[in-house]
Amino acid sequence: MIAAIHLGLEEVAATLALVAVAVAVAVWERTDLEADIAVAVARSFIQLTAIGFVIEAIFDNDSILWVALLLAVMVVFGALTARARARRVPDAFWVLLFALAISATATLALVLALGVFPVKARYLVPVGGMVIGNAMTASAVALNRLGDEIHDDAGRIEATLALGATGTQAIRPMARRSLRSGMIPLIDSTKTTGLIFFPGTMVGMLLAGASPTDAVRLQLVLLYVLLGAVALSTLLAVLLSRRAFFTPEHQLREQKGE
Amino acid sequence: MLFELEDVTATRAGRVVFEGLRANLAEGATGIVGPSGVGKSTLLRLLNRLADPSAGTVRYRGRDLREHDVLALRREVGLVPQLPALLEGTVADNVLYGPRLAKQDADVAGSLRLAGLDPAFEPRRADALSVGEQQRVMLARTLALQPSVLLLDEPTSALDDTTKAAIEATLRNLRERLGLSFVLVTHDLDQAARLADRVLVLEPGALSEAPPVAAPNA
Repeated sequence: MIAAIHLGLEEVAATLALVAVAVAVAVWERTDLEADIAVAVARSFIQLTAIGFVIEAIFDNDSILWVALLLAVMVVFGALTARARARRVPDAFWVLLFALAISATATLALVLALGVFPVKARYLVPVGGMVIGNAMTASAVALNRLGDEIHDDAGRIEATLALGATGTQAIRPMARRSLRSGMIPLIDSTKTTGLIFFPGTMVGMLLAGASPTDAVRLQLVLLYVLLGAVALSTLLAVLLSRRAFFTPEHQLREQKGE
Repeated sequence: MLFELEDVTATRAGRVVFEGLRANLAEGATGIVGPSGVGKSTLLRLLNRLADPSAGTVRYRGRDLREHDVLALRREVGLVPQLPALLEGTVADNVLYGPRLAKQDADVAGSLRLAGLDPAFEPRRADALSVGEQQRVMLARTLALQPSVLLLDEPTSALDDTTKAAIEATLRNLRERLGLSFVLVTHDLDQAARLADRVLVLEPGALSEAPPVAAPNA
């Protein structure tokens, strides 16, 4: 058996060289993302370090109540983060909060009911975190696209409303495209997994010394769980936010800008 | 009276477009002219409730617009927007869209003919049409709902003179054949005079009778 890998802070710091590449690309191409990258790096360091201590305490305690509380906090932060990408969607925070909470609860409940994982903090915390993280990203992408499409295509939407369509009927093609854009990245990465890239869990298990068969099986379970969670969260986010774009009289509300 | 506007104020993007507007639009064809930005398109949007006034009342054939079922009203008072905004799919898909939502039968070929298009256009992709053809499909899909009133927002603004004359001929033909009432918004006073029984000028805060225009020679 290979010994588990141990990394010091100096190795972590060394990888900031790659972050510098990302910042250089953002500045060079004027994508206006350099501040976002800096915030992402700082937040990931602080959050992961803090959560490391929290998880250790929860694992030692092994209380489901603490697990539920931790996941609830993740859902709230996930909704807050995704809302920033969905500025053109009215009441996006509440929509995202509901979508993430329902998709995480339903997915974890199903996984436990099927006996895939035991009801233990050691399994629920990392799986719950992955589910919420992926659901957040996909919902944010979907709502970002929906908000932009509705903003850019207001003329076509109003022309469709003028034919007697309801608000949700008038934006059906946009809602469908938004749902696709939220789900496609995970579907594509699931398709190409093992061929073009090794997913994080599998890499982590291999680096930690697990057998490739175990690493592969756990990765497959997680990929399939994530597919379900992402589908559910993007569907809920898109369906729930559709109505918010319209008044009860099927009039397109004036949208907030960037 | 087709439409009555009583002290109507409209706002858009937080800006007052017009305030305290009073006017009566009779049955038949009414042309509304005025400079850009004065609120002509906003006025049309109020007439089929794509927007509501922030103050005042709009009545349609004697009843407050808000008392009408909004979806039925939009089918009865059809709006043809200024810019073509067709749905993905074929010309037939576009013409059938409204009637399908209303669970009504539709005569696609008949609607296309009324709008001056050959029925051979039915299977053509909507995004492969010229601007003039798209404008006619916009008209055809509104006509497929068998409206009682047409609201026309600058129906020829994006077109060359030949196509413009053809669309004008189509609109005159529609009036004769179907007896529809029109409210036509245009920046072109001569066009309003050619197509409408009565021309009103929208200026900031007032909708007034236009001065007589010399009849076109054509």
